[in-house]
Amino acid sequence: MTATHSQIEALVRPEPVRHHVPHGPELPGHWMQVINLSVWYGARQAVEGVNMTVRPKAATAIIGPSGCGKSTFIRCLNRMHEVGAGVNRVSGQVLLDGHDIYAPSVDPVKVRRHIGMVFQRPNPFPSMSVAENVVAGLRLVSNPTKSQVDETVERCLDQAALWDEVKDKLSASGASLSGGQQQRLCIARALAVSPDVLLMDEPCSALDPIATAKIEQLIIELKRDYTIVIVTHNMQQAQRVADETAFFLAAEDRIGRLVEMAPTGQLFAHPADERTAAYVAGRFG
Amino acid sequence: MATGPTTHPAMTALPPNARSGDAALTRAPGGVDGDRAFAGATLAAALAVPAILLAVFLLLAIDAEPALTRFGASFVTSSTWDNVKEQFGTLPYIYGTVVTSLLALVLATPVGLGAALFITEYAPRRLRTPVAFTIELLAAIPSIVFGLWGFFALTPVMRSTVEPFLKATIGPVPVVGALFQGPSLGKDLFTGGVILAIMILPTVVAISREVLLAVPTMQREGMLALGATKWEAISGAVLPYARAGIAGAAILGLARALGETMAVTMVIGNSSRKITGSLLTPGYTMASAIANQFNEADNELYFSAVVGVAAILLVVSALVNLFARVLIWSITRNAAQGARA
Ligand SMILES: Nc1ncnc2c1ncn2[C@@H]1O[C@H](COP(=O)(O)OP(=O)(O)O)[C@@H](O)[C@H]1O
Ligand SMILES: [Mg+2]
Repeated sequence: MTATHSQIEALVRPEPVRHHVPHGPELPGHWMQVINLSVWYGARQAVEGVNMTVRPKAATAIIGPSGCGKSTFIRCLNRMHEVGAGVNRVSGQVLLDGHDIYAPSVDPVKVRRHIGMVFQRPNPFPSMSVAENVVAGLRLVSNPTKSQVDETVERCLDQAALWDEVKDKLSASGASLSGGQQQRLCIARALAVSPDVLLMDEPCSALDPIATAKIEQLIIELKRDYTIVIVTHNMQQAQRVADETAFFLAAEDRIGRLVEMAPTGQLFAHPADERTAAYVAGRFG
Repeated sequence: MATGPTTHPAMTALPPNARSGDAALTRAPGGVDGDRAFAGATLAAALAVPAILLAVFLLLAIDAEPALTRFGASFVTSSTWDNVKEQFGTLPYIYGTVVTSLLALVLATPVGLGAALFITEYAPRRLRTPVAFTIELLAAIPSIVFGLWGFFALTPVMRSTVEPFLKATIGPVPVVGALFQGPSLGKDLFTGGVILAIMILPTVVAISREVLLAVPTMQREGMLALGATKWEAISGAVLPYARAGIAGAAILGLARALGETMAVTMVIGNSSRKITGSLLTPGYTMASAIANQFNEADNELYFSAVVGVAAILLVVSALVNLFARVLIWSITRNAAQGARA
């Protein structure tokens, strides 16, 4: 089978990358590699042939015009697409630290414990308090003691730069916070399960500029410890937070493809592809 | 024919962005009057509801007054209902209504919620509509048909199989065992509750289904993204988000059970023996008592007592609804508290 053959080839000899990415288990931190990933919604293909390396302890941005498959792609990185609407099918491989998360023996539930996700709109659980929102994921895997709960709540809210703002209302409903605080609460909630990788799909698109700035600052701090993939339609945001940027584009056939990936500064200053150049210059999208 | 949209005078008379002058902004004559008339009509319609309620209540109060003044509190605390001796106490009827309705609630809520979860979360997409449609079709079955089915099909099975089984299994258990004592007759409070549960099931399923569908996808995905299984996402995010609505579904079911008459009358045994605490006792509900007796109430006091039962039914319905609403309110209010405890 040609598909399998090319996949094996890609495994052995990864795509010719335009830039040198140091990666592999020898480096501390968790890395991901995407090999020839294609996605279909029913009969319609949405993403084709994406190859990408996600560097450990760095932020990788995915940019591109609306509808080019950014959300579709990022949801494949933790198999979140499998729970959504629309019959979809994936081919290719997604590796976490070298292990294929689509291997038949892999449990998608466990994949999501290792690869967390923050969504476009803040989605705290309104029936839970701020504190309970933080430990919701922890409670799925263990039965933490009160002191473990308190410790996790404080540590994760602190990591999410939210502790000072909410330490006096930990028992208020998660929905009682402002939009920006809710989004940081969702980040704290994702951090509480100690994920290897954190995926964010346009985490600031529902927020005002001040809340956006806080989240961006947070991402810059989190990438010291975490591997982050962030989808954004905001090119300034990509430049501010990301070490690497990938540009996606859907051609006339409405199938999204990875046009170019490079260190962020290079991609914006010296794009190799003319479509990238046109996009980052604001000529479309 | 050359009458395409391009030749229409209204389209050719003005360039696309031209302003059509004041006409576009001036109020149409009578427009405000029309608004007022419509607002008035909606107000009248809204006022009609409490007016009808008040009229019903007044009529009941006036007709029930002789019995209520004659017996006072004993009208609701006494268990003796004897039209020959002109002694009228309604406690067994109230008891029968409350017990059968609560039993219906207890049976129908988990089953209805389960069915709604199956339809919204688990059933293959192509099965969802047929399953939902079939369950909701139950609501279209007339009460009397349920009653006939209950009388001829349900009560024999209850007598021969279900009730002996419950007596053997739950009967010896302390506390709850008291609910299943005595001979299994088939026509009793238990069967009344079961048939009510079946009858209110479509209400519970339909409302729960709507409520579950209204839960934002993001809530479910938020839990799944933390590494939850499907069931953990449902129990941890979907059900808590939906619980006020699910309680609302149960209340609507309860409200229907309280007033349901025909089918219950046919399976409940219609005997006002003493209140025993066992569900296997034949009994009356308030509604079945009225249905059985309003025809034969030939003297003023007897008639007044029957109307009195109706008045109490109205009050009990109102109180149960109120109680349930307080329950919802306290649950939703305390939702966020006690989390760090
Ligand atoms: N559930 C779905 N069913 C069918 N098509 C979908 C679904 N979700 C997205 N698509 C299609 O896939 C393409 C990519 O969408 P998406 O990944 O949301 O793009 P982006 O996030 O870049 O805006 C779009 O053409 C969209 O219409
Ligand atoms: Mg998107």
